[in-house]
Amino acid sequence: MNPGAAPPRGGRFEPRVAARRRAGVRFKWLCRFAVAFAVASLLVLLVHILATGLPTLSPDFLVTFPSRFPDRAGIRSAILGSLWLLTLVAAMSFPLGVGAAVYLEEYAPRNRLTNLLQTNIANLAGVPSIVYGLLGLAVFVRFLSLERSLLAGAATLSLLVLPLVIIAAREAIRAVPDSLREAAYALGATRWQAIRHHVLPAALPGILSGTILALSRAGGETAPLLIIGALTFIAFDPVSVMDPFTVLPIQIFNWTADPREEFHALAAGAIVVLLGVLLLMNAAAILIRNRYER
Amino acid sequence: MSRRDRPLRPGTAWAHGTAWAALAAIALSGCGADSDRSLSGLIEIDGSSTVFPISQAMAEEFQIAYRRAVRVSVGVSGTGGGFQRFCNGETEIANASRRINDAEAASCAAHGIEPVELQVAWDGLTVVVHPSNDWVDCVSVTELRRLWTPGSDIVNWRQVRPAWPDEDLRLYGPDTDSGTFDYFTAAVVGEEGASRHDYAASTDDNVLVAGVSGDPGALGYFGYAYFEDNRGHLRALEVDAGGGCVAPTRETILDGTYTPLARPMYIYVRRDALVRPEVNAFVSFYIDHAATLIPEAGYMPLEPEAYATLRARIG
Repeated sequence: MNPGAAPPRGGRFEPRVAARRRAGVRFKWLCRFAVAFAVASLLVLLVHILATGLPTLSPDFLVTFPSRFPDRAGIRSAILGSLWLLTLVAAMSFPLGVGAAVYLEEYAPRNRLTNLLQTNIANLAGVPSIVYGLLGLAVFVRFLSLERSLLAGAATLSLLVLPLVIIAAREAIRAVPDSLREAAYALGATRWQAIRHHVLPAALPGILSGTILALSRAGGETAPLLIIGALTFIAFDPVSVMDPFTVLPIQIFNWTADPREEFHALAAGAIVVLLGVLLLMNAAAILIRNRYER
Repeated sequence: MSRRDRPLRPGTAWAHGTAWAALAAIALSGCGADSDRSLSGLIEIDGSSTVFPISQAMAEEFQIAYRRAVRVSVGVSGTGGGFQRFCNGETEIANASRRINDAEAASCAAHGIEPVELQVAWDGLTVVVHPSNDWVDCVSVTELRRLWTPGSDIVNWRQVRPAWPDEDLRLYGPDTDSGTFDYFTAAVVGEEGASRHDYAASTDDNVLVAGVSGDPGALGYFGYAYFEDNRGHLRALEVDAGGGCVAPTRETILDGTYTPLARPMYIYVRRDALVRPEVNAFVSFYIDHAATLIPEAGYMPLEPEAYATLRARIG
């Protein structure tokens, strides 16, 4: 028997409109439930953190050093440490990441090696952060003898966010239309001039917003810094890149690990601050993207 | 790198306003007089999490007294981890809940570092259970040994003493980086480092406190300060070394009746760092404020004469 000639099961086509409509409605509600569940759990988390954290927030909390007494403790050294660290990470990962992206997009020949590189970078972006911590401990802390300094921490986090920066920068560069490059070449520009004056400026908003998102990831990381040994009582301002340091997520970890309730409230306060900082950074990224998007 | 040596930034003074009131009593007794404003530098301390509360308190008060011109960091790598860094020349001071061992002393010597041992306090290793545990008040050293000996298969309270209920028993204790682990295994099991391994282990005593206080079947051990800080969440057991049950208290630890778990606690200072004025000032501060800050941190200070001897040793 020829299978193609088999008549549809049940013979004649039945519209069954009501049943199909019901299925449609059921699916819509399923999707609504999925959204509600996600948003509700996020809200519960936020409300809980805000309720416990907000009462501890005060100007004093931001500018005093950590202490063994909860009523004296603040996050000054953690905020300063986070700022130092993020500045250093930006200084290291931005030029390296953009440079790598420019090479891969504009210079590299399309061959097996480049493909291998690209696959590797994409994979590196998915490596768990604790692995970068172990790498940082072996390479920066021990081998390069940077010890537990800001520099070692920043180098470790730069490795962690570098793949993200490269991927974002590559996508931004790829989105620059070829007509721009060709127009530059037609006017006698060299490859470098075309990149410098046309491709990079056009890709900059995308690169910047990608970098800021990568930095906000670095700002929230705890595991790699714990591995390189940043779990330390620091009650002073870091003044050089070789100083030991603490950052907001480490301070939060530290206070959450303390069994005393008062410290949990402080941890919630620090979480609110960290959330605020990360939200600001993400908002800046979105702003940059919207502003320059054509 | 640019070094900003201004120790006090605008805004700090008023920020501390409220804090001053709370700490005035303990912190500032006598600190103002001995703070030399010309000192600066960075002192790194690492090691035992049992000694951490003492060194943290010292670092905090010292930095306030010296207006943060001298900066002190305190890590928690465990006694073993602390000695490793100390003998590598990475830190000036190691916190230790036991004496330095031969291998560590050899490593220090190999790196040209001469450690100066200073006993700063007494601790009583405290065996704790969950507060809802109402069947055990006292445990004998023999029972502890059977519980913790390598290869022990005890997973139920009834296995320890038949009179105890048929409840799961879960163990919590410091990990092998910890001097507390070394001391406990030596004192209880009879051989340093010999312990069963199927227990929840951490270098951080706070993690152990959280574990035991959240598990009705738990039994754990750690330094006295962590028990005292969390009395509401833990119950300490009396320990019977053959002469009857003795509870860990300041009195029993100091008068020697709480055996075999009362132990001395140390800091080790690099001899060549002691001549640095800021390190010398910090160690002097440590000794001078031991009598006030050590009880506050939950441990037992030495006799005043002992501190006078220490003070004379560091010059």
